[in-house]
Amino acid sequence: MDVRRGQRTVIDPKVRQVGFVPAGATRPPARSHSVPTDACSSSPPAPELPLSGSSLSPVMIPPPRHSSADGLPSLSRSAASPVPIPASPLRRDTVQIPIGSYNPSESVLGSSPMISPSSRLDAVSEFSDEVPTSAWLGRSGSGKFASSFPSSSGEMMTMKITGGGSGGGGNTPKSSLTTASVVKALPGVSEKDRGALIEVQNEGISKPQKQKTSKAERRAIQEAQRAAKAAAKEAGEAVKPSASSGGALPASKQGKVVKPSSQKKDGPQVTAPVVPSEKKVGDRIPDKDRKKDVPHPRMQFDDKHRVEKAKRRAVVNQSEARNRVELFRHLPQYIHGTQLPDLESKFFQLDPMHPSVYKVGLQYLSGVISGGNARCIAMLLAFQEAIKDYSTPPEKALVRDLTAKISSYVSFLIECRPLSISMGNAIKFLKNRIAKLPHTLSESEAKSSLQSDIDRFINEKIVIADKVIVGHAVTKIRDGDILLTYGSSSVVEMILLYAHELGKQFRVVLVDSRPKLEGQALLHRLVAKGLNCTYTHINAISYVMQEVTRVFLGASSVLSNGTVYSRVGTACVAMVANAFQIPVLICCEAYKFHERVQLDSICSNELGDPDVISKVAGRNDLNHLESWADNENLQLLNLIYDATPSDYVSMIITDYGMIPPTSVPVIVREYRREHLWI
Amino acid sequence: MPDVQALVNDFVLKLKRRKIEGSHASAQHTAELLRSVISHQRMPYTNQAGALIDAVKAVGEQLIAANPVELAVGNIVRRVLHIIREEDLSSTATAIEGLGLSAGSDDDDEGQHEDRPALSAAALAAAARSTLRAPSLQTLLEDIPDSAAAPQPPSSGGDSEGKSKSDKNIRSRKLKHDVIEAINELIQDIDTCHEQISEQAVEHIHQNEVILTLGRSRTVKEFLCAAKEKNRSFRVFVAEGAPRYQGHVLAKELVSKGIQTTVITDSAVFAMISRVNMVIVGAHAIMANGGVIAPVGINMVALAAQRHAVPFVVVAGSHKLCPLYPHNPEVLLNDLKCPSDLLDFGEFSDCMDFGSHGGSPLLHVVNPAFDYVPPKLVSLFITDTGGHNPSYMYRLIADYYSADDLVVKRRSTS
Repeated sequence: MDVRRGQRTVIDPKVRQVGFVPAGATRPPARSHSVPTDACSSSPPAPELPLSGSSLSPVMIPPPRHSSADGLPSLSRSAASPVPIPASPLRRDTVQIPIGSYNPSESVLGSSPMISPSSRLDAVSEFSDEVPTSAWLGRSGSGKFASSFPSSSGEMMTMKITGGGSGGGGNTPKSSLTTASVVKALPGVSEKDRGALIEVQNEGISKPQKQKTSKAERRAIQEAQRAAKAAAKEAGEAVKPSASSGGALPASKQGKVVKPSSQKKDGPQVTAPVVPSEKKVGDRIPDKDRKKDVPHPRMQFDDKHRVEKAKRRAVVNQSEARNRVELFRHLPQYIHGTQLPDLESKFFQLDPMHPSVYKVGLQYLSGVISGGNARCIAMLLAFQEAIKDYSTPPEKALVRDLTAKISSYVSFLIECRPLSISMGNAIKFLKNRIAKLPHTLSESEAKSSLQSDIDRFINEKIVIADKVIVGHAVTKIRDGDILLTYGSSSVVEMILLYAHELGKQFRVVLVDSRPKLEGQALLHRLVAKGLNCTYTHINAISYVMQEVTRVFLGASSVLSNGTVYSRVGTACVAMVANAFQIPVLICCEAYKFHERVQLDSICSNELGDPDVISKVAGRNDLNHLESWADNENLQLLNLIYDATPSDYVSMIITDYGMIPPTSVPVIVREYRREHLWI
Repeated sequence: MPDVQALVNDFVLKLKRRKIEGSHASAQHTAELLRSVISHQRMPYTNQAGALIDAVKAVGEQLIAANPVELAVGNIVRRVLHIIREEDLSSTATAIEGLGLSAGSDDDDEGQHEDRPALSAAALAAAARSTLRAPSLQTLLEDIPDSAAAPQPPSSGGDSEGKSKSDKNIRSRKLKHDVIEAINELIQDIDTCHEQISEQAVEHIHQNEVILTLGRSRTVKEFLCAAKEKNRSFRVFVAEGAPRYQGHVLAKELVSKGIQTTVITDSAVFAMISRVNMVIVGAHAIMANGGVIAPVGINMVALAAQRHAVPFVVVAGSHKLCPLYPHNPEVLLNDLKCPSDLLDFGEFSDCMDFGSHGGSPLLHVVNPAFDYVPPKLVSLFITDTGGHNPSYMYRLIADYYSADDLVVKRRSTS
């Protein structure tokens, strides 16, 4: 291993240059990731060819191995090539690469007659990258192995391939195979043309996005490219240390992963020993990655230590509520109503807080902004403002400092009101973008890139996603339907209004509940547009459900076990609908999906102001609970969310189409990947 | 009679205006009213039972029509009719007995009569039932001629043909007297059913139990308080029970007794039910099939309880037992209340414009008062006679009502 590593380190730079440097192209040390298209076109580069030819060409790939390992890629490729549309310029480039190269094996694949083994490897790697990204790849069986990512399928592929290589024996011919396998197997492990790989991978990453939102504009592509560039740069940096360490790096950064592989390609000798080692690495990396995937445990408020710590840092003054509900000790239970005036008075003392963030925080606190999408958009816009006004302090790096800044904003917002899952996802996205900023960018460039990223997120993940959902959902509304909805969901409102615009004849049953009575505002809007509405409270749900034909519900989040996490009462509505055998359609943008799982509504929830329960608007005669806090035996519990079991849900309508709740984890996985590399 | 009529009219008006609501109050008022009706009823020479039944039916019909949803009224009317029949039957039985034992000894007979009041009318009725119609298929089949015969003078009169007129006179006064006694007992039963029910509380509530209830029911309150008095410590979740929010009242009462109480919104029922050991609710009425008419929102609770296999217990006095089988009860046995409970008229007056859309407004507000819980969702009924399965309700009903009275309507001839 060590020996190998040493080789790698030596070779790495060389290989990279070889693999991807276009003959004439100026080769940025970063491996030209930045410009995927260029890289691709350049992929056949002269330098690499000789290298591959020398070491690998003699090692002709044994037929069996071709059939097994290569066959798949060939399929995928063939599939890919016919599909012109998805083939963004990038894809085409990748295809071309193999052509340019003269590896016989490649010819077998059918892409181009002459392809050097090395080139072939490249092709393979490309495939692997592309596969996960592109939808069509997913269709072909080969697609799976191609994924260089930590996903299990990817691993399996690697395993197979490696196995094939080993079976071949230590033969030189095998080496090529092994290398190929290695490349595939480990996102990071590709051997020889690591630089190339990196580029490819980056491309792949950027691609999925394009394909997925077929609409994805050029701009998106460009941005992706930029991102890729940034990633490449990072990777480049990462590579060196990794090389020295020789250890397998977490797969999360593809760049790093790639590096070790580079070494491998060079020497045929590597083949036999390398294979096993590679395998191991492959296994290990995904493992780590998987661990990373597990969401962090949330703050538990019955942990006194941490609560104390958090309090010391807190901007917002919060005092513990007196009559806390025993069952919810693990959630924050503060006295409501005191923070707002307190915060307002501090407006001019809070230096670190950007005013726009501050404003949004106050809006959360006062409840002016509520609803998953609205809160998320408000937060992103505030961050955008903050980024616009941001300037890197001297002797600090923008990436680090801005991330810290955002984190402090986020913790402020959390103090105002616990984050919704949609916001959590958006923050993750933003931090990721910051982390991926290329170092070469000037501050202003970085800022504008981030701002446009935020714009794009809002546009693609929320605005366009909503449109797609509306388009899907409207197909489920027929004339004469009686649609029931609960609370006030922005998407459902859009669906109803759009269906009304289309001239569909239907009636809406609007179910509402205390204490928020959000449905009343929605009722106003719907009636103003001329929709026929019936309004009732959730108690009467069994009464109104008898005539209903469809139930449309919004969601705050959909968890990966299919549980729908939404406004409290949604579960009741879904349950009663289920009892009456009426389909329940959940409308939720995919960016709100989360990999967390939850079985009940108690382990994680948000508690609202208990005082609103004791007072009933317009009912002054109800004052039985006026001084409830004086009696320690009495608690008021104002839950905000609940969890609807997935068996009550007939269908989830999301921007990826209409899926059953069991498919949520699939979307979460696929989406997250794409989301991270947006 | 005229003053009775005034009372009846007054009560009918109150029922119509929903001034009297709640099964307990209306049951009690009904029983008291019927008592005064009976006491003012002039007894004819023959067929006194028939006359009483007719009088009660006439009043009962009006009362039931005044608020058909208040099933307790009908229940009490039927109970009173049943009482009259039983008393008549028992006196007939006594007469037969007296005839058989000692036809000559009028004194003895009278002495017996003196003793009778000491025995409870119910016990007597039970005895009569057991002697005259044991619950067998045969008696069921014979029931029709038998009960038809009871009110008819010829048969009952025929039995006592040999007796003197004075004897008859005594018997007639005796019948009225017994009936009134029995009604008094019924009224007392209605008042004290809570105690009998709450006596069973300790058998059902264990230490550290978590109980969920919705809205407010006096029976539930007494039930929980009784358990607390026996030093059981437990926790209660009270769903507030919109749109009346009686849960607030219940919570206040429970807290004053030192019970750990948590008030939740109705929408949070599903969220909380997974941590609940038992659901205890009151009822508006229990139907013959074991279904329950209960304050709105309880069906939701019952479904949630079923989902999490939480026992769903209904506590109710026997005056809530209704001998009718429900048909489409959600609609037919429901009351739609004022929309202003849900929406502020001022805010939504623009939406309720009848003129704008062909005479029908765009906005409808539904505010039903009751829910129907089908028997399969109910785990147990706790009544003043003990705990019962939903499937047993029909049998319990047969104890309290006679089959002839299920439809309270005077014969068209009378």
